Amino acid sequence: MTDIEPDATVDARGAACPGPLMDLIGKIRSAESGDVIRLLSDNNQSLTDVPEWVEEAGNELLALDEHDDYNAFYVEKV
Amino acid sequence: MTEHVVIVGGGTGGTVLANDLADRLEPELDAGDVRVTLVNDDPDHVYKPVWLYVPFGQREPDDGRRSLDDLVDDAIELKIDRMSDIDTESQRLQFRGSSPSVDYDYLVLATGSTLEPDRIPGLAEAGHDYYSESGATALRKELLEFTEGKLVLSVIGAPHMCPAAPLEFVFMADDWFRERGLREDVDITYTYPIQRVHGNPHIAEWAQPIMEDRGINVETFFNAESVDPKAETITSMEGTDLDYDLLVTIPPHAGIDLIEEAGLGDDGWVEVDKRTLEAEVAENVYALGDTADTGVPNAGSVAHYQAGVVGQRLASEIRERPATATYDGKTLCFIETGMDAASFVEFDYENPPSPAPPSEKLHWSKLAYNESYWLTARGLL
Ligand SMILES: Cc1cc2nc3c(=O)[nH]c(=O)nc-3n(C[C@H](O)[C@H](O)[C@H](O)COP(=O)(O)OP(=O)(O)OC[C@H]3O[C@@H](n4cnc5c(N)ncnc54)[C@H](O)[C@@H]3O)c2cc1C
Repeated sequence: MTDIEPDATVDARGAACPGPLMDLIGKIRSAESGDVIRLLSDNNQSLTDVPEWVEEAGNELLALDEHDDYNAFYVEKV
Repeated sequence: MTEHVVIVGGGTGGTVLANDLADRLEPELDAGDVRVTLVNDDPDHVYKPVWLYVPFGQREPDDGRRSLDDLVDDAIELKIDRMSDIDTESQRLQFRGSSPSVDYDYLVLATGSTLEPDRIPGLAEAGHDYYSESGATALRKELLEFTEGKLVLSVIGAPHMCPAAPLEFVFMADDWFRERGLREDVDITYTYPIQRVHGNPHIAEWAQPIMEDRGINVETFFNAESVDPKAETITSMEGTDLDYDLLVTIPPHAGIDLIEEAGLGDDGWVEVDKRTLEAEVAENVYALGDTADTGVPNAGSVAHYQAGVVGQRLASEIRERPATATYDGKTLCFIETGMDAASFVEFDYENPPSPAPPSEKLHWSKLAYNESYWLTARGLL
């Protein structure tokens, strides 16, 4: 479990794909460089979608916390 | 006491619901036990799917307009004004024009999607769209004269209206230029925000090989960050630059600001229970169509089915019976794959789509549906 303090959280639990990734992209759009966004998703597709996009966009996946029924992704905008 | 149902938004969802209630609650409306008011900021009802055909010179914007007065049952009170405030505590709405405030017992928000091109620097100046009447008309002028160069279709907003329409546009453009012997001179590029060509993996899997076959270039993981109108380039957050001669985009979308100001949901989308369509944070408020955040596509078919569910639930509540009707995610969509062929998909929360093989028959079914839409709006189909 990470102790990173996010600057903002996007709770996309309950959203079907590609909702969680799009919600994250939307938040990153308006974030400042260096901000950490925490994305909560219970969609398994996010486990592949999110890291792929983060790498493509040159941002950084700082941590991934796996909870019982959802995952928390910590993404830093570079 | 008379119960007052107020529907805000006289597009597909709001109009179908108003006519549904006129029929379903006929005895209560006749007896004066219930009033239903439909509020819209335009005297016309606008049917947006017509706009896809406008840039190709195949339909006129007016084909998508009819007076609400002609479409809506006489038992419904029609109010043409723009809602300017929602107070869910006192259950009161304010309006921008001369109308006095209105108290509701039940509120249904059906205010649809709004385009927000200003969120992307340079987009409003340089980008064209077919997601608004003025956009489709301006694009027609450009497209009819376009005979060579780079045509870029970039999907920026998500969620956006009709997830199929960007695919339809490039499939139609490909066929249209081919038929006119110009395809070799026109380079078509399609960009999409995630790693596939469509949000739904089943539709993406079906569409990708068609795009390859037809020589449509694809850029995935492309989230437009800015447009440079002088240099004619569009740049993504992922660092890709694309040159264009004609840029067509699906601009960022949002719901109306009032919804966020009323605390009903983020970005103007109402947070709802995706089966009952009741707002999560306010009593006696429903949302349907594009503005209801259910995760299903923003489509007219969805608004239509949801209107039936809200109509049944409201009638049950007014009659003091338990409301049991729920929305199962049903979505239905024709997808044009050229100028004279189309596919078709149907899906819901549990069952994924499986696109039908494209045929001329499905293309004519789509056009026939668009004509008979006016019967749907009247509540007859
Ligand atoms: C190019 C294009 C092609 C499409 N093709 C298809 C298709 O083939 N099949 C399909 O199913 N769907 C299609 N759609 C999507 C479909 O048009 C929408 O999903 C549908 O119109 C949503 O219905 P709605 O009732 O939620 O909102 P709308 O139909 O957009 O209606 C909203 C209404 O609310 C009014 N309003 C907004 N704010 C206020 C306010 N504050 N006060 C008063 N009134 C207000 C607006 O003026 C409008 O009349 C297409 C859309 C586009 C743009």
